[in-house]
Amino acid sequence: MTVSVVQFGGSNCDRDAVRALDHLGVDAERVWHEDGLPDDADGIVLPGGFSYGDYLRAGAMAARAPVMEAVREAADEGVPVIGICNGAQIGSESGLTPGAFTTNASARFQCEPVHLRVERADTPWTAAYDEGDVIEVPIAHGEGRFEISEDAHADLVADDRVLFRYCDADGNVTDAANPNGSTDNVAGVLGERETVAVLMPHPERATLPDLGRSTDGAGILRAFA
Amino acid sequence: MTAYTATVTVRLKRGVLDPEAETTQQALERLGFELSDLRSADRFEVDLDAADADEAAARADEMAERLLANPTIHDYDVAVAER
Repeated sequence: MTVSVVQFGGSNCDRDAVRALDHLGVDAERVWHEDGLPDDADGIVLPGGFSYGDYLRAGAMAARAPVMEAVREAADEGVPVIGICNGAQIGSESGLTPGAFTTNASARFQCEPVHLRVERADTPWTAAYDEGDVIEVPIAHGEGRFEISEDAHADLVADDRVLFRYCDADGNVTDAANPNGSTDNVAGVLGERETVAVLMPHPERATLPDLGRSTDGAGILRAFA
Repeated sequence: MTAYTATVTVRLKRGVLDPEAETTQQALERLGFELSDLRSADRFEVDLDAADADEAAARADEMAERLLANPTIHDYDVAVAER
């Protein structure tokens, strides 16, 4: 398994993702978007950062970069793809996953630990957890509020494609535990395939034991192991 | 071909929270202005040459569909004028 961490101008969590994957014994390499996706990429990470300076909308420019066509094709073929933070914004902007991530309700950039409730444990991203588990992973974003039309939200819930919701330490999904005003406390969703996921929190910042407060994010990246 | 400017205005759909507009409204109110509401929008002015105004509008419309607006959260309109 070689995981391609796709680097755009302004990506800044690409090295973190590679280090976290290395730590889990997963072969990972950074791939500059203009060089295209390697043929042997059997996993893809869209990392966090501020691609193209968040011009227009966070993720809007990178989502339309030519490499994303290859990412969509790979995703359609079942290659696991995860978008983290700016990568989640890129994923939703490119249509890999439903909804949109936009300005936090606070109108501020927020960098803080949050709790997530695992809503599905039968996906590659959550096989390390049980449904209902509460994990602690940090967020760092200004545009992480999940927005989706009422109809599309109803479909999302009916199809059981919400992967994580913001919750309190006991797993209660409450307004107080919703850091950014996301619809239905949604922190991460699945694409049409369970092998495609995006989330605003940073699992790669909660993987290495000497970094931060938790290693709860490692289970998500173990999808590639 | 005629030279046109297509003005694309992209705004949040009604009902979608606009924290930046709320913050701006609060700042105006702190300055002593009285207002009932405030909405923000992005405006793009696209200079292009087209056979007629309809073609210019159609092209600007496609630009909005494919990049300038995100249909999940935005509405947009296009106005075309000769340049």
